[in-house]
Amino acid sequence: MAECPVCGYEFDLPPNTEEGEIISCEDCGSELEVTGKDSVQEAPAEEEDWGE
Amino acid sequence: MKVGFLHSIIRKEEKLLLQEFGRRGGVEVVRIDDRKCSFNLHADDYDLDVLIERSVNHSRAVHALRVFHDHGIPTVNHPDVADICGSKFLTTQALIRAGVPTPPCYLAFTPESALEAMDKLGYPCVIKPTTGSWGRLISKVNDRDAAEAILEHKQILGSYHHSIFYIQAYVEKGGRDIRSFVVGDRCIAAIYRVSDHWITNTARGGTAKNCHVDEDISRISVQAANAVGGGVVALDLFETPDGYSVNEVNYTMEFRNSIDITGVDIPSMVVDYVLEAGRK
Repeated sequence: MAECPVCGYEFDLPPNTEEGEIISCEDCGSELEVTGKDSVQEAPAEEEDWGE
Repeated sequence: MKVGFLHSIIRKEEKLLLQEFGRRGGVEVVRIDDRKCSFNLHADDYDLDVLIERSVNHSRAVHALRVFHDHGIPTVNHPDVADICGSKFLTTQALIRAGVPTPPCYLAFTPESALEAMDKLGYPCVIKPTTGSWGRLISKVNDRDAAEAILEHKQILGSYHHSIFYIQAYVEKGGRDIRSFVVGDRCIAAIYRVSDHWITNTARGGTAKNCHVDEDISRISVQAANAVGGGVVALDLFETPDGYSVNEVNYTMEFRNSIDITGVDIPSMVVDYVLEAGRK
Protein backbone atom coordinates (compact mmCIF):
# COMPACT_ATOMS: atom_id res chain seq x y z
CA MET A 1 0.00 0.00 0.00
CA ALA A 2 1.19 3.49 -0.77
CA GLU A 3 0.57 6.30 1.69
CA CYS A 4 -0.13 9.89 0.72
CA PRO A 5 2.53 12.00 2.49
CA VAL A 6 0.10 14.92 2.73
CA CYS A 7 -3.03 13.37 4.29
CA GLY A 8 -1.92 9.85 5.23
CA TYR A 9 -4.51 8.14 2.99
CA GLU A 10 -3.46 4.59 2.13
CA PHE A 11 -4.21 3.23 -1.32
CA ASP A 12 -3.11 0.68 -3.90
CA LEU A 13 -1.35 1.92 -7.00
CA PRO A 14 -2.89 0.73 -10.27
CA PRO A 15 -0.88 -2.13 -11.82
CA ASN A 16 0.24 -0.18 -14.90
CA THR A 17 1.61 2.79 -12.97
CA GLU A 18 5.02 4.06 -14.10
CA GLU A 19 7.76 5.16 -11.74
CA GLY A 20 7.92 8.94 -11.98
CA GLU A 21 4.23 9.18 -12.93
CA ILE A 22 2.18 12.02 -11.52
CA ILE A 23 -1.09 10.96 -9.88
CA SER A 24 -3.63 12.61 -7.60
CA CYS A 25 -4.40 11.43 -4.08
CA GLU A 26 -7.98 10.13 -4.18
CA ASP A 27 -8.61 11.54 -0.72
CA CYS A 28 -7.04 15.00 -0.53
CA GLY A 29 -6.32 15.65 -4.21
CA SER A 30 -2.61 16.38 -3.71
CA GLU A 31 -0.39 15.78 -6.72
CA LEU A 32 1.92 12.85 -6.02
CA GLU A 33 4.84 11.30 -7.85
CA VAL A 34 5.16 7.52 -7.91
CA THR A 35 8.59 6.53 -6.61
CA GLY A 36 8.23 2.75 -6.40
CA LYS A 37 5.84 -0.20 -6.37
CA ASP A 38 4.20 0.97 -3.15
CA SER A 39 5.55 4.45 -2.57
CA VAL A 40 4.78 8.00 -3.53
CA GLN A 41 6.09 11.43 -2.67
CA GLU A 42 4.75 14.92 -3.14
CA ALA A 43 5.07 15.91 -6.79
CA PRO A 44 7.75 18.51 -7.50
CA ALA A 45 6.57 22.10 -7.69
CA GLU A 46 6.43 23.75 -11.10
CA GLU A 47 9.68 25.49 -12.02
CA GLU A 48 10.22 28.55 -14.17
CA ASP A 49 11.50 26.62 -17.20
CA TRP A 50 8.84 23.91 -17.18
CA GLY A 51 6.79 23.52 -20.28
CA GLU A 52 6.84 22.56 -23.91
CA MET B 1 16.92 -1.02 -31.18
CA LYS B 2 17.87 0.81 -27.98
CA VAL B 3 15.85 3.97 -27.46
CA GLY B 4 16.95 6.43 -24.80
CA PHE B 5 13.95 8.08 -23.14
CA LEU B 6 15.01 11.27 -21.37
CA HIS B 7 12.46 12.40 -18.83
CA SER B 8 11.82 13.79 -15.38
CA ILE B 9 8.27 13.42 -14.08
CA ILE B 10 6.10 11.11 -16.15
CA ARG B 11 3.10 13.00 -17.43
CA LYS B 12 0.27 11.62 -19.56
CA GLU B 13 2.33 12.22 -22.72
CA GLU B 14 5.36 10.31 -21.45
CA LYS B 15 3.18 7.44 -20.26
CA LEU B 16 1.47 7.17 -23.65
CA LEU B 17 4.83 7.22 -25.44
CA LEU B 18 6.30 4.57 -23.11
CA GLN B 19 3.25 2.36 -23.66
CA GLU B 20 3.58 2.81 -27.42
CA PHE B 21 7.29 1.94 -27.41
CA GLY B 22 6.37 -1.11 -25.32
CA ARG B 23 4.03 -2.33 -28.04
CA ARG B 24 6.76 -2.25 -30.67
CA GLY B 25 8.80 -5.38 -31.24
CA GLY B 26 12.58 -5.30 -31.00
CA VAL B 27 12.64 -2.05 -29.04
CA GLU B 28 14.41 -1.68 -25.71
CA VAL B 29 13.61 1.55 -23.90
CA VAL B 30 16.36 2.91 -21.65
CA ARG B 31 14.80 5.38 -19.25
CA ILE B 32 17.06 8.31 -18.35
CA ASP B 33 15.72 10.41 -15.47
CA ASP B 34 17.31 13.85 -15.79
CA ARG B 35 17.10 14.27 -11.99
CA LYS B 36 19.26 11.24 -11.35
CA CYS B 37 21.90 11.28 -14.09
CA SER B 38 25.18 13.11 -14.46
CA PHE B 39 27.37 13.25 -17.53
CA ASN B 40 31.14 12.75 -17.50
CA LEU B 41 31.79 14.93 -20.51
CA HIS B 42 35.29 13.50 -21.06
CA ALA B 43 34.62 9.82 -20.60
CA ASP B 44 30.99 8.78 -20.88
CA ASP B 45 29.78 6.82 -23.84
CA TYR B 46 26.20 5.88 -24.53
CA ASP B 47 24.95 2.63 -25.96
CA LEU B 48 21.85 4.00 -27.66
CA ASP B 49 20.55 4.03 -31.23
CA VAL B 50 18.34 7.08 -30.76
CA LEU B 51 17.16 9.36 -27.95
CA ILE B 52 13.79 11.00 -27.45
CA GLU B 53 13.75 14.01 -25.14
CA ARG B 54 10.72 14.44 -22.87
CA SER B 55 12.12 16.52 -20.01
CA VAL B 56 9.75 18.99 -18.45
CA ASN B 57 12.64 21.41 -17.80
CA HIS B 58 13.83 23.33 -20.85
CA SER B 59 17.29 23.99 -19.40
CA ARG B 60 17.92 20.29 -18.76
CA ALA B 61 16.58 19.32 -22.16
CA VAL B 62 18.89 21.60 -24.15
CA HIS B 63 21.98 20.52 -22.26
CA ALA B 64 21.24 16.80 -22.31
CA LEU B 65 20.29 16.86 -26.00
CA ARG B 66 23.65 18.46 -26.78
CA VAL B 67 25.51 15.77 -24.81
CA PHE B 68 23.84 12.89 -26.63
CA HIS B 69 24.00 14.57 -30.03
CA ASP B 70 27.71 15.27 -29.63
CA HIS B 71 28.23 11.57 -28.93
CA GLY B 72 26.74 10.81 -32.34
CA ILE B 73 23.33 9.67 -31.12
CA PRO B 74 20.37 10.88 -33.21
CA THR B 75 18.05 12.87 -30.98
CA VAL B 76 14.41 13.86 -31.28
CA ASN B 77 14.58 16.72 -31.46
CA HIS B 78 17.94 18.04 -32.64
CA PRO B 79 19.55 20.26 -29.95
CA ASP B 80 19.50 23.24 -32.32
CA VAL B 81 15.72 22.89 -32.55
CA ALA B 82 15.50 22.93 -28.76
CA ASP B 83 17.74 25.98 -28.60
CA ILE B 84 15.66 27.86 -31.14
CA CYS B 85 12.22 26.85 -29.87
CA GLY B 86 13.28 27.48 -26.27
CA SER B 87 13.81 31.13 -27.14
CA LYS B 88 10.93 33.20 -28.43
CA PHE B 89 13.51 35.59 -29.90
CA LEU B 90 15.38 32.86 -31.81
CA THR B 91 12.09 31.39 -33.00
CA THR B 92 10.93 34.73 -34.33
CA GLN B 93 14.26 35.23 -36.06
CA ALA B 94 14.06 31.79 -37.68
CA LEU B 95 10.50 32.40 -38.87
CA ILE B 96 11.37 35.82 -40.31
CA ARG B 97 14.43 34.40 -42.11
CA ALA B 98 12.29 31.64 -43.63
CA GLY B 99 9.57 34.06 -44.71
CA VAL B 100 6.94 32.52 -42.41
CA PRO B 101 4.30 35.01 -41.26
CA THR B 102 4.66 35.89 -37.57
CA PRO B 103 3.31 38.88 -35.60
CA PRO B 104 5.28 42.16 -35.61
CA CYS B 105 7.86 42.06 -32.84
CA TYR B 106 10.47 44.24 -31.14
CA LEU B 107 13.42 43.38 -28.95
CA ALA B 108 14.83 45.88 -26.44
CA PHE B 109 17.33 45.82 -23.59
CA THR B 110 16.30 48.65 -21.27
CA PRO B 111 12.92 49.75 -19.86
CA GLU B 112 13.26 53.07 -21.69
CA SER B 113 13.90 51.52 -25.10
CA ALA B 114 11.21 48.91 -24.44
CA LEU B 115 8.71 51.69 -23.75
CA GLU B 116 9.67 53.39 -27.01
CA ALA B 117 9.22 50.10 -28.82
CA MET B 118 5.76 49.65 -27.29
CA ASP B 119 4.80 53.16 -28.35
CA LYS B 120 5.87 52.33 -31.90
CA LEU B 121 4.05 49.00 -31.89
CA GLY B 122 0.91 50.51 -30.38
CA TYR B 123 -1.39 49.34 -27.62
CA PRO B 124 -2.43 46.78 -26.71
CA CYS B 125 0.75 44.81 -27.16
CA VAL B 126 2.20 41.76 -25.44
CA ILE B 127 5.43 41.47 -23.49
CA LYS B 128 6.89 38.03 -22.86
CA PRO B 129 9.96 36.51 -21.28
CA THR B 130 12.10 35.14 -24.12
CA THR B 131 12.12 31.77 -22.34
CA GLY B 132 9.01 30.28 -20.84
CA SER B 133 5.96 28.20 -21.48
CA TRP B 134 2.32 27.67 -20.53
CA GLY B 135 1.66 31.40 -20.77
CA ARG B 136 3.73 32.16 -17.67
CA LEU B 137 4.55 35.83 -17.08
CA ILE B 138 3.26 37.01 -20.41
CA SER B 139 1.44 40.30 -20.14
CA LYS B 140 -1.08 42.06 -22.34
CA VAL B 141 -0.16 45.72 -22.10
CA ASN B 142 -3.29 47.77 -22.73
CA ASP B 143 -1.82 51.27 -22.49
CA ARG B 144 1.28 53.30 -21.67
CA ASP B 145 0.50 53.43 -17.95
CA ALA B 146 0.40 49.65 -17.80
CA ALA B 147 3.60 49.47 -19.84
CA GLU B 148 5.47 51.68 -17.38
CA ALA B 149 4.24 49.63 -14.42
CA ILE B 150 5.15 46.27 -15.96
CA LEU B 151 8.59 47.44 -17.05
CA GLU B 152 9.33 48.81 -13.59
CA HIS B 153 8.26 45.55 -11.98
CA LYS B 154 10.41 43.55 -14.39
CA GLN B 155 13.41 45.78 -13.77
CA ILE B 156 13.20 45.57 -10.00
CA LEU B 157 11.73 42.13 -9.36
CA GLY B 158 12.75 40.13 -12.42
CA SER B 159 15.69 37.77 -12.77
CA TYR B 160 18.31 38.63 -15.37
CA HIS B 161 16.53 37.13 -18.37
CA HIS B 162 13.63 39.51 -17.75
CA SER B 163 16.02 42.29 -18.76
CA ILE B 164 15.58 41.24 -22.38
CA PHE B 165 12.28 42.69 -23.49
CA TYR B 166 10.46 40.72 -26.18
CA ILE B 167 7.46 42.71 -27.31
CA GLN B 168 4.91 41.43 -29.76
CA ALA B 169 1.91 43.02 -31.42
CA TYR B 170 -1.35 41.91 -29.83
CA VAL B 171 -3.38 39.80 -32.24
CA GLU B 172 -7.13 39.78 -31.71
CA LYS B 173 -7.83 36.06 -31.75
CA GLY B 174 -11.59 36.08 -31.43
CA GLY B 175 -11.41 33.72 -28.47
CA ARG B 176 -9.35 31.00 -30.08
CA ASP B 177 -6.09 30.06 -31.73
CA ILE B 178 -4.85 26.90 -33.42
CA ARG B 179 -2.38 24.34 -32.12
CA SER B 180 -1.02 22.21 -34.96
CA PHE B 181 1.23 19.18 -34.70
CA VAL B 182 4.03 18.40 -37.13
CA VAL B 183 5.90 15.12 -37.29
CA GLY B 184 8.66 15.13 -39.87
CA ASP B 185 7.30 16.60 -43.07
CA ARG B 186 3.61 16.19 -42.18
CA CYS B 187 1.09 18.23 -40.24
CA ILE B 188 -0.71 15.32 -38.58
CA ALA B 189 -3.42 17.11 -36.58
CA ALA B 190 -4.66 20.43 -35.26
CA ILE B 191 -6.97 21.69 -32.56
CA TYR B 192 -8.62 24.99 -31.77
CA ARG B 193 -7.79 26.24 -28.30
CA VAL B 194 -10.82 28.15 -27.13
CA SER B 195 -10.97 30.51 -24.17
CA ASP B 196 -12.73 33.65 -23.00
CA HIS B 197 -9.32 34.74 -21.71
CA TRP B 198 -6.80 36.22 -24.15
CA ILE B 199 -4.38 33.44 -23.10
CA THR B 200 -5.72 30.30 -24.76
CA ASN B 201 -3.16 27.70 -23.57
CA THR B 202 -4.86 24.50 -22.48
CA ALA B 203 -2.44 24.55 -19.52
CA ARG B 204 -4.24 27.75 -18.54
CA GLY B 205 -7.78 26.53 -18.96
CA GLY B 206 -8.32 26.78 -22.71
CA THR B 207 -10.52 24.02 -24.09
CA ALA B 208 -9.68 21.97 -27.16
CA LYS B 209 -11.84 21.40 -30.26
CA ASN B 210 -10.90 19.57 -33.41
CA CYS B 211 -9.58 21.70 -36.25
CA HIS B 212 -9.60 20.38 -39.78
CA VAL B 213 -6.08 20.50 -41.21
CA ASP B 214 -6.62 22.30 -44.49
CA GLU B 215 -3.94 23.00 -47.06
CA ASP B 216 -3.07 26.41 -45.61
CA ILE B 217 -2.67 25.12 -42.04
CA SER B 218 -0.61 22.21 -43.28
CA ARG B 219 1.65 24.39 -45.42
CA ILE B 220 2.42 27.07 -42.82
CA SER B 221 2.88 24.46 -40.07
CA VAL B 222 5.42 22.47 -42.05
CA GLN B 223 7.15 25.69 -43.21
CA ALA B 224 7.46 26.88 -39.62
CA ALA B 225 8.65 23.48 -38.41
CA ASN B 226 11.32 23.45 -41.09
CA ALA B 227 12.28 27.03 -40.22
CA VAL B 228 13.30 25.94 -36.71
CA GLY B 229 15.02 22.77 -37.90
CA GLY B 230 12.17 20.27 -38.20
CA GLY B 231 11.38 17.15 -36.22
CA VAL B 232 8.46 16.72 -33.85
CA VAL B 233 7.00 20.10 -32.97
CA ALA B 234 3.74 21.79 -32.09
CA LEU B 235 2.86 25.24 -33.35
CA ASP B 236 0.60 28.01 -32.17
CA LEU B 237 -1.15 29.73 -35.06
CA PHE B 238 -3.21 32.90 -35.09
CA GLU B 239 -5.99 33.44 -37.60
CA THR B 240 -5.64 36.95 -39.03
CA PRO B 241 -7.37 38.78 -41.89
CA ASP B 242 -4.15 38.26 -43.87
CA GLY B 243 -3.99 34.53 -43.22
CA TYR B 244 -2.33 32.41 -40.59
CA SER B 245 0.49 33.78 -38.47
CA VAL B 246 2.83 31.63 -36.37
CA ASN B 247 3.11 32.68 -32.75
CA GLU B 248 5.34 29.99 -31.24
CA VAL B 249 6.89 26.60 -31.92
CA ASN B 250 7.20 24.00 -29.15
CA TYR B 251 9.77 21.20 -29.24
CA THR B 252 8.60 18.95 -26.37
CA MET B 253 5.01 19.00 -27.41
CA GLU B 254 2.10 18.21 -25.17
CA PHE B 255 -0.76 16.36 -26.81
CA ARG B 256 -2.84 14.73 -24.07
CA ASN B 257 -5.91 16.82 -24.91
CA SER B 258 -5.62 16.34 -28.65
CA ILE B 259 -5.72 12.59 -29.28
CA ASP B 260 -9.39 11.84 -28.65
CA ILE B 261 -10.55 15.14 -30.13
CA THR B 262 -8.65 14.76 -33.39
CA GLY B 263 -8.87 10.99 -33.63
CA VAL B 264 -5.17 10.96 -34.49
CA ASP B 265 -2.87 8.53 -32.69
CA ILE B 266 -0.18 11.14 -32.01
CA PRO B 267 2.03 8.96 -29.76
CA SER B 268 2.15 6.24 -32.42
CA MET B 269 3.25 8.73 -35.06
CA VAL B 270 5.92 10.18 -32.77
CA VAL B 271 7.23 6.70 -32.00
CA ASP B 272 7.31 5.86 -35.73
CA TYR B 273 9.40 8.99 -36.30
CA VAL B 274 11.81 8.22 -33.44
CA LEU B 275 12.35 4.62 -34.60
CA GLU B 276 12.93 5.82 -38.16
CA ALA B 277 15.52 8.30 -36.85
CA GLY B 278 17.20 5.41 -35.02
CA ARG B 279 17.40 3.31 -38.18
CA LYS B 280 19.17 6.02 -40.22
